[in-house]
Formats: sequence, C-alpha cells, structure tokens
Amino acid sequence: MDDLYREQIIDRYKNPQMRGNLDPHDYSYEDDNPLCGDRIRMDLRVDGSGRVTEAAFSGEGCAISQASADLLTEKVVGMSLDEVKSYTKDELIEMLGIDLGPVRLKCALLSLKVLKAGVYGLDELEEELAAL
Amino acid sequence: MAVPQTLDTLDVGAIRKDFPILKRETQEGVQLVYLDSAASSQKPEQVIHAMSRFYETEYSNVHRGIHTLAEEATAAFESARDRVAEFVGAESSRQIVFTRNATEAINLVANSWGRANLGEGDLVLLTQMEHHSNIVPWQMMASELGFKIEYAPMTDDQRIDLAEYGALLERQPKLVGFTQMSNVLGTINPVAEMAEMAHAAGAVVLVDGAQSVPHMVVNVADLDIDFLAFSAHKLCGPSGIGALYGRRELLEEMPPFMGGGEMIKRVQFDAFVAAELPSKFEAGTPPIAQAIGFGAAVDYLSKLGMPAIRQHEQEMIERALEQLEEVPGVRVYGPAAEHKGGVAAFTLADTHPHDVAQILDRRGIAVRAGHHCAMPLHEKLGLPATTRASFYLYNTPEEIDSLIEGLYAVREVFA
Repeated sequence: MDDLYREQIIDRYKNPQMRGNLDPHDYSYEDDNPLCGDRIRMDLRVDGSGRVTEAAFSGEGCAISQASADLLTEKVVGMSLDEVKSYTKDELIEMLGIDLGPVRLKCALLSLKVLKAGVYGLDELEEELAAL
Repeated sequence: MAVPQTLDTLDVGAIRKDFPILKRETQEGVQLVYLDSAASSQKPEQVIHAMSRFYETEYSNVHRGIHTLAEEATAAFESARDRVAEFVGAESSRQIVFTRNATEAINLVANSWGRANLGEGDLVLLTQMEHHSNIVPWQMMASELGFKIEYAPMTDDQRIDLAEYGALLERQPKLVGFTQMSNVLGTINPVAEMAEMAHAAGAVVLVDGAQSVPHMVVNVADLDIDFLAFSAHKLCGPSGIGALYGRRELLEEMPPFMGGGEMIKRVQFDAFVAAELPSKFEAGTPPIAQAIGFGAAVDYLSKLGMPAIRQHEQEMIERALEQLEEVPGVRVYGPAAEHKGGVAAFTLADTHPHDVAQILDRRGIAVRAGHHCAMPLHEKLGLPATTRASFYLYNTPEEIDSLIEGLYAVREVFA
C-alpha cells in the first residue's frame, strides 16, 4: 500500500536478522537521534586482515531506522574496513530501495553514522556528514 | 444598551473558504487534512491580502521617515500593535513589545528581567509540562546567574498538581513561569488561580500563551498576570512575529534586551539612553509587514469570536478522544476533554510515531510526530515520542474520521 513501507522494510523491522550484541567485540558504537527517539548500537568483530567477520545491532526507533540498521549490519559482514570506509549513503539508500524525504533520511542514515563513527571516529564522519 | 450576542457556533464551511491552502491536494487525488495547527496554523486570505496590499501600496520603514509612505507604514504598524493589545486586554499598546515569536518574548524576560532580578540563592519555578522555549532560556540564565530552577509536578491525569505547586511556592520563587495550555497534553492550566497563588508568595508571573492565545479568550487584566508571551503564526498570522505583554512597572524597570537603532533615545560614543516603551525592546527594523498580518489575524479571530472558536475546538476534541479511544492499541495522553484544548497526543501500540505520521501523510493527513519540543515531559511520561493531532477553527468532524481511518491503515501495515 505504501512505497516507503515496502515488504522488505516491514519484514526487516518485524523480523530482524542481525539483532543482538557481540561481547567481546573489536568495534562498538552507539548513537541516537534524540528528536525522534531513534537509538542504534552496532558491534563488529574483525579478523587479522581487517575484515568484518561478525556484526550485530541493537536499539529502538522507527521502522526505517531499524530496518536500515538490520540490512546494513548484514551487508557489512565480509567487508574489509576499507570497504566500510568507502561505503556511501547512496549505496545504503539504494539497498533500502525507498525514496526518503530529508527528515526520514536521518532515520535511515543513523545506522551508517554509527557504523562509521565506530570504525573511524566521529571527527572523520563529521566531514562526511557535512558534505552530504 | 444591548450588547451584541456572539454567535456560539462557527460556520466552518465558510471559514474553510477563507484559507486557500486547505483546497490543495498533497498528491493527486489526496486532499490535505491539516491537523498540525499546534505547530503552526494556516493563514486566511484576509491576512495574506493585508500583507500583500501593504507591500504593494504602503511599504516603507517605520518611525523615521518624514515622507508619506513612512507615515502611512508607521500608522499601520502602530495600529496593528493597538489591535494586538486590545486582543489580550492590555491597558496600553505600550505594553506590547513585538518580538520574533513567543520564544523570543520569553528570552527577553529571562535575559532582561532575569539579569536585573535573579542571582545566587534565587529560585525560578516552572512546571513539568513546559515547552523547551520556557525551560531552556531559564537554564541558560541559571548557569550564568546561579539561580535554581524547580518544576511543579503534574497529577496522574496530567494536570498541574496545585498542592505541590503551592508547596513549592513556599520556597518563595522570584518568578513563576508556566504554559496556559500544554502543546503536548492539551492541558489548560488554571492561570488566574495559579497567578493569584504566585503573587501571594511574592513571585512575578510569566505565562506562555503560545498555545492558548490562538484558541480562547486570554485577558491579561482578568488573569492578573505580569508577562504573556505569544506568537502570531499560531493564530492565523504570519511567522516571524510574536509579542510580549508586560506589566508597565516591570517593563519600565527592565534594561534593554538587544541594542541597536530604534531602541535608543540618544547615543554618544561612550553611552546611550534607552528609548521609552515599547521601543526600548525593539532594536532594529521590526517585522513590519508581519505586524500588519498580525493585526489582520487578530481582527479575523475577533470577528468570529474567541468563545465560538473555543467551543468548536471543545466539540472537536471531545469527538476526537471518543473516536481515538476506540482504535485498538491507541493510548491518548493528557487529561479529560473538559480540561484540555484541541490537542491529542497519542501512541498506537508500539508503532513508532514517525511511522504513524508517515503513513498518515500518504493519505494527506498532516500530524506532528516526535517530542514536540517537550523532551522533559516525554521523559516524565516514559515515552520516546508521540503522534499529535491538533485542531483549529477550520477543522471538521470529517477530518477526524479521516484520521481514524488512517490509523486503521497504519495498524494494517504493522499488523
């Protein structure tokens, strides 16, 4: 009935595949969007060659933010940290397959922000976010 | 002499014709259902035309020029002030300071009155249902001046707890600030009673009228309050202008807020003498056309009659609450209809309010989702966010039906 709430989004929201916490982990980061109440934490395990072997996310929020986090967490497994670094918001939006307005874009991108801040620190990210 | 009777019913069909935007579709075949007037109201032709006419025929800067346009613009600008003063029952137009909005009006009091009157050991008393605009200015001044802030709690049905409020007044706050109507809960506070209690305790009373002035009779003399802050954009007027009403003695004693042109009587290189009221608080070129629109907006509302508007919204909220409560999974926050204005904040099971608002938007229904600039209140209620539908003079019962149908559609998506 609604483009934004495609089956994939609703399905991932209701039945997330990657929800959980990893303890111990190599990388973990949590951030929120206090105005909407979206909150996401992402944990990664990385092997000796810098490749993500396991990933999990936790948190709460709207369907867009949580489905985005679930899909991104799945996507990131098997990627090298360099690939994580070069993964763009456009790629994430394409994976979600929905057309987002500026407000909901923030919901969708929270997971990417958490992922990149966890791996590279916020300083680097701010530059990237400012360039959006 | 016979006083003309105010009609106590609104001709909503005729009113809707005054608001051009209400005719629009949000997408092809989807009629706009605007239920977000608590965030900002729509504008009638009377206001839009008053402003464009002013720009087309009378516009110039105010208060300075000798030429014809300057004189006409000044007269129109000051006439708007007179009508706004009358609208809230101010004794004199000099007690109405034009600001950018209600937020700036509160910041003006916090900065100017606060700096002159607050310091270490002093207390400012607010309530738990305040909008950020009546919290953050005080927090900013508190960190600078060293006074303390307390928040009067609510009862279980989210009305002000007058017993606790009275107890906090025993600590002799210097200023008590509270909203007349909560922008989330819709709670209408008993302003006259709260002001009387605060005055008895020796406090100055500031009322945030952003949500109340557009929807009911608010008379500063009857309520006996010291400051009233409100915005034009929520009462069918333009954005960019609001007003502060102040008790004359207080305004006269207060130092200027911002410096610049207009707010001075005389300037030398080493000093200035502030202007008289209200210019003292109106540095720089004011929002001139916006003031014209503000005046047209209060004329528009006065002509319809605030009691009739209030009654219409009362009927709307009663109906909305009744219908909302029948939707499975809906929980409405705030007190019973008789204690509130036309605002319904609710949650729908565990569906995030953004998702609710998004699906409603696809059906043309505009509601607000989030914290509504009242994060401490949401924290108090243990909620991440809520969805809010708010009603005004142009809303119809059929629009409530659309909202309810929309909520069933949301349930279907998230079933």
